[in-house]
Amino acid sequence: MAEQSVTRILIPSGALGLGYDRAALARGVAEGPDLIAIDGGSTDSGPHYLGTGTSKYSRKSVKSEWAELMAARAEAGVPLVIGTAGTSGADDAVDWLVDITREIVAETGDAVKVAVLKSGQCTAKMAAAFDDARITPLEPPVDLSAETLRACTNIVALAGAEQIQRALETGADIVIAGRATDTATIAALPLARGCHPGGAWHGAKIGECGALATTNPNSGTILIDFDTEGFTITPMGETARATPYTVSAHMLYENSNPFQLFEPGGHLDVTGATYRALDDHRVRVTGSEWVPSDRYTVKLEGARKGGFQTVSLAFVREPRYVEHIRDWVADIETQCVAKARQRINAPFTLEMRLIGVDATLGALDRQAQIGSEVGVMGIVTADDEATSREVAKILNPYLLHHPLTEQEDMPTFAFPFSPTEMSRGEIYEFCINHVLTLDDPMEAFSLDVLELRA
Amino acid sequence: MTTLGDVAMKIRSKNAGPFWLTIDIFCDSPAAFDAACGIADDTRVAAALGASVDALKRYEIPDLNVLKFSLPRPHIQGTRYDRDMHGASFANLLSELAVEAG
Repeated sequence: MAEQSVTRILIPSGALGLGYDRAALARGVAEGPDLIAIDGGSTDSGPHYLGTGTSKYSRKSVKSEWAELMAARAEAGVPLVIGTAGTSGADDAVDWLVDITREIVAETGDAVKVAVLKSGQCTAKMAAAFDDARITPLEPPVDLSAETLRACTNIVALAGAEQIQRALETGADIVIAGRATDTATIAALPLARGCHPGGAWHGAKIGECGALATTNPNSGTILIDFDTEGFTITPMGETARATPYTVSAHMLYENSNPFQLFEPGGHLDVTGATYRALDDHRVRVTGSEWVPSDRYTVKLEGARKGGFQTVSLAFVREPRYVEHIRDWVADIETQCVAKARQRINAPFTLEMRLIGVDATLGALDRQAQIGSEVGVMGIVTADDEATSREVAKILNPYLLHHPLTEQEDMPTFAFPFSPTEMSRGEIYEFCINHVLTLDDPMEAFSLDVLELRA
Repeated sequence: MTTLGDVAMKIRSKNAGPFWLTIDIFCDSPAAFDAACGIADDTRVAAALGASVDALKRYEIPDLNVLKFSLPRPHIQGTRYDRDMHGASFANLLSELAVEAG
């Protein structure tokens, strides 16, 4: 095939802030990529990050890695694209990374043109779209109403290749995108250049976690060559190898259906894909199919407030109490809830989990065994911080001194802290599992171009 | 007691978005894969995960010697009663399925 028909994408790692092998990145830059793409987040760490629009990773780590990627971009002279910036890709999280970028530019003196693609949705507009039947459910069903949409602190739409392509068309050196599908930042340029659509999306899925689809996931950096028939994956880590097995097995990862992947505008089907080892470390994939959809839809994600939480911890070591720990905790729960209901006229829940017994899996754990000690975690959730704290304070003396029977001396258990109750603040809940129908892919997204200079 | 964990090379579970849980059972030979498919029948897997059989999606991938299950998360990720944010612990429930029981 002709050399110019290949689009070469360099992926430094699975996410900004995770770290990567610097030698592997340098090797990748030397290979002359057409674009450097990296993911900035996902929903995987839970609803807090979308709910608050804050970053999971340390600002210093993100700044340090982003500065290195900006330097790599300048050296390669190609665009650098990040999707789902700041963990959730909410507008505040995008602004956070834009601020970091400004700081880096001020420190290095290297001027850059930055395209900022935002995915945040106005809650009132989403409520109206719901009423217009433009928001439709995915499996499994989640109850949704216009009221729920209005109650979200953040709603984002997942950008696909079309929106990333619009950002690249501005001629920006750097694209900072809000929520986008994990694959869109990688697939956008190969698709724009006419590479095989099935190959573009499939290669993007294989590449989105960096070197996770190789024998050495920690090496981070991989290079993918896209062309008119498929793609070729080349790990940049010295000891990392891609094999037909590591590459094909990656379709299983974090994907409920191992043969299909839904994207804005269609879906990828890899049922007919073939994986061929080119040598001991490179794999060639062809035969993946892109199936366009009738409607253009983007997936929505939203988080709403779920109450305030306070967590208490106590540790039980006395053998007789450990042996009867379930009875002891059940008695505490009953008495504490009854007392709190008498004294507090507000709704709350109290849940007790037994650390060292079945805190991880609860009643599903049929192999649970009791060891020499048990940690008791009480979780209070209420509509306001004060109620949550008050119930936890009512729980406190039970956790410290509750006797197993009435006829015994008052026991005392181990509190690790003073106070032993800890405020978790406000919690959030994912509450949307739906897609939004668009007439124009840019309808739900905004694009701005910034010229940053020192 | 032999378990599915002994038969398989690796069993992992993970979120597939906030609403789905997915469990991959990797085997190192066609024989182990066939054995795993037999042990992990839908009724037993659903019971181990506290789910209904109808909710379970089963994928047998002989090319990879992989058996995969996907199901709606028992609790939506990060909600009040969710115990495992990333869903990685559910793999243990399948790993501990006994071979001889039926």
